[in-house]
Amino acid sequence: MPLLDAAGFRADPWHRVAAGEPATGEAVLVGLAELPAVIAGRSNAQRVGVEVANTVRLPELSPFLGQIDLVAIAFPAFADGRAFSLARQLREAGFKGAVRAVGPVIADQFTHLVACGFDEVEVPDAIAARQPEAQWRSALASYGATYQTGYGAGASILERRRALRAGQGAAS
Amino acid sequence: MYRYDQFDEAFVRERVAQFRGQVARRIDGSLTEDEFKPLRLKNGVYLQLHAYMLRIAIPYGTLSSVQLRQLALIGERYDRGYGHFTTRQNLQFNWPKLRDIPDILDLLADVGMHCIQTSGNCIRNTTADHFAGAAADEVEDPRPTAELIRQWSTMHPEFDYLPRKFKIAVTGAPRDRAAIRAHDIGIQVVRHPVSGEVGYRLFVGGGLGRTPMIGKLVRDFLPKAHLLAYLQSLMRVYNLEGRRDNKYKARVKILVHEIGIEEFRGRVEAEFAALDPAAIAADPEEVARIEAYFAPPAFVTLPETSQRLVADRARDPAFDRWVETNTFPHREPGYAAVTVSLKPVGGVPGDATSDQMRAVADLADAHSFGEIRVSHHQNLILPHVRQDALHGLWTGLVAAGLAEANAGLITDIIACPGLDYCALATARSIPIAQAISRRFASAERQREIGELGIKISGCINACGHHHVGHIGILGLEKSGQESYQVTLGGDATENAAIGQLLGPGIAATEVPDAIERLVAVYLAHRREGETFAEAVRRLGIEPFKAGFLATPAESANAAA
Repeated sequence: MPLLDAAGFRADPWHRVAAGEPATGEAVLVGLAELPAVIAGRSNAQRVGVEVANTVRLPELSPFLGQIDLVAIAFPAFADGRAFSLARQLREAGFKGAVRAVGPVIADQFTHLVACGFDEVEVPDAIAARQPEAQWRSALASYGATYQTGYGAGASILERRRALRAGQGAAS
Repeated sequence: MYRYDQFDEAFVRERVAQFRGQVARRIDGSLTEDEFKPLRLKNGVYLQLHAYMLRIAIPYGTLSSVQLRQLALIGERYDRGYGHFTTRQNLQFNWPKLRDIPDILDLLADVGMHCIQTSGNCIRNTTADHFAGAAADEVEDPRPTAELIRQWSTMHPEFDYLPRKFKIAVTGAPRDRAAIRAHDIGIQVVRHPVSGEVGYRLFVGGGLGRTPMIGKLVRDFLPKAHLLAYLQSLMRVYNLEGRRDNKYKARVKILVHEIGIEEFRGRVEAEFAALDPAAIAADPEEVARIEAYFAPPAFVTLPETSQRLVADRARDPAFDRWVETNTFPHREPGYAAVTVSLKPVGGVPGDATSDQMRAVADLADAHSFGEIRVSHHQNLILPHVRQDALHGLWTGLVAAGLAEANAGLITDIIACPGLDYCALATARSIPIAQAISRRFASAERQREIGELGIKISGCINACGHHHVGHIGILGLEKSGQESYQVTLGGDATENAAIGQLLGPGIAATEVPDAIERLVAVYLAHRREGETFAEAVRRLGIEPFKAGFLATPAESANAAA
């Protein structure tokens, strides 16, 4: 499935490894059940990622967060929003690797995804065909600022108000 | 009242532009109908039985006269010259055309209004006591809290795709006029019994619909500065754990019911403990900025009793009756809060014409600091009226056809739009309300019966809140016929209770007689000064059940 981040569509460097297959390659994406063995058997340079359902709980992932480079979370449907909270929990737990949404998310959710800590989305071909790169970029640009502090990279509306007050205070 | 600053304004303009783009992308095929639907719903656009319906958010039910005039204009230009005020303090237009909706959204944005999150599986418009800032029994005005929640919950990136809709209500008073325990989260502003600190008591898991539940206490005291962090924790538990396998079991009330309030509370507290409340809270300057908008208007110092009002009442019996039923004690001496009834006898509950909206806006400018409220009883409120001015106000309301003296009485009926408009309805609601209203039209009789709330829903989704009506009426479809179930003993206040079913469903034509029989039981058994709801609590359901089930002949004999 096509992979996309804030810069647009790009090649996927990750190799999905099914259960029972050898986990060879520079960057391997495996299931949670396989993860401990793959981490134990990895070569020094190999990057390891895990692909999970959106029903997985943070404590199941916590032991591995320092040792993996990618968490891919499935969206069974675009309206199933559990992964937004799971991604937030991963970031709040200090996970510094990449977080990927896998499934039929739509361009209109891109801002939500990024604000909750996702870096990239892997969407079905049909969605990529209907919603080309420009729509994803334009969706990201459609929010100047939002109200929630700590979600997303830019300053929240509350922080902008504070900055404005500070500026006015300094000017007067 | 709150006014948008440049950031609120920019945010809403962006949303209008975004929705314009989404409509265009639906038309060019970028979005499928399934993908477009939740986006349309989050912008308040429903596809109803005969047409699109647009639901406009009125945050915590507070409107300025300028905003109300704009709604009147939209009703005239894009609808059929009227609008419908809802049980969630919102306004619905029933006949807009889809292609006009982005233009309507622009007109709304011009007066600091929008339709964001008035539908869909997200946090909906936050509601509050319609007498906020006027009621004498308030610990604190709930509106700054409600405004803070409005901002925090607007397009919250984590909570925009919840298992189901989510409703929050806030009251600042011990007397609950906001039905907080019928909401997913109910918030009561309280004073700590020991420290005296003002904070919040929170209930969770209330809700009506097909599985009615009364909200359960989840936090007895929460410091004010922790509110947003606590809400984030609670919403996260719901977003992760709420059921998504069955939309009828997806509300937070079902999660709370299935795992138990203790377990639910534990999970919320565990999330909360992991968060830094200060990083999530609005800073004190922001809280102060919001609070300043809700500073009391420039009340003048007046005597407790207006001699002019006393004289006007003595002179004019119709005015006297209206003052008795439609005014509410104000915290400021010499003022009153006024209910403008949208329940004329035989009318459609909650409907107001564009001319009536303009009349109320003008009267608000003349007599209530330009401020109007929408109540969850589907009436309008003028919150701050000088008692001296009540007669002048009443004269204006009479001219506009808005002076029905029935606030809280048996003809002050709440009804959902029902099968006359709604795609989900199984039966009509409005004609039932109209029939009951005509039956009890006599002003004398209404006053004799006293406070009695009838609530009517046209399907089990319960938009008419029938479960918490003193008398609740639920319209169903039974082998092609409309059938009405009647419940008794519901209560939406601090004594929150779900009504109990009185018997098998009855035909639409039988409803007014059945209500008559219930009223007769009450009148026969009531004690001095006892309201209908109090009598039901004391007597229990049985005597009313007997009255309800009596055939017309039996009840005629009983009365003889």
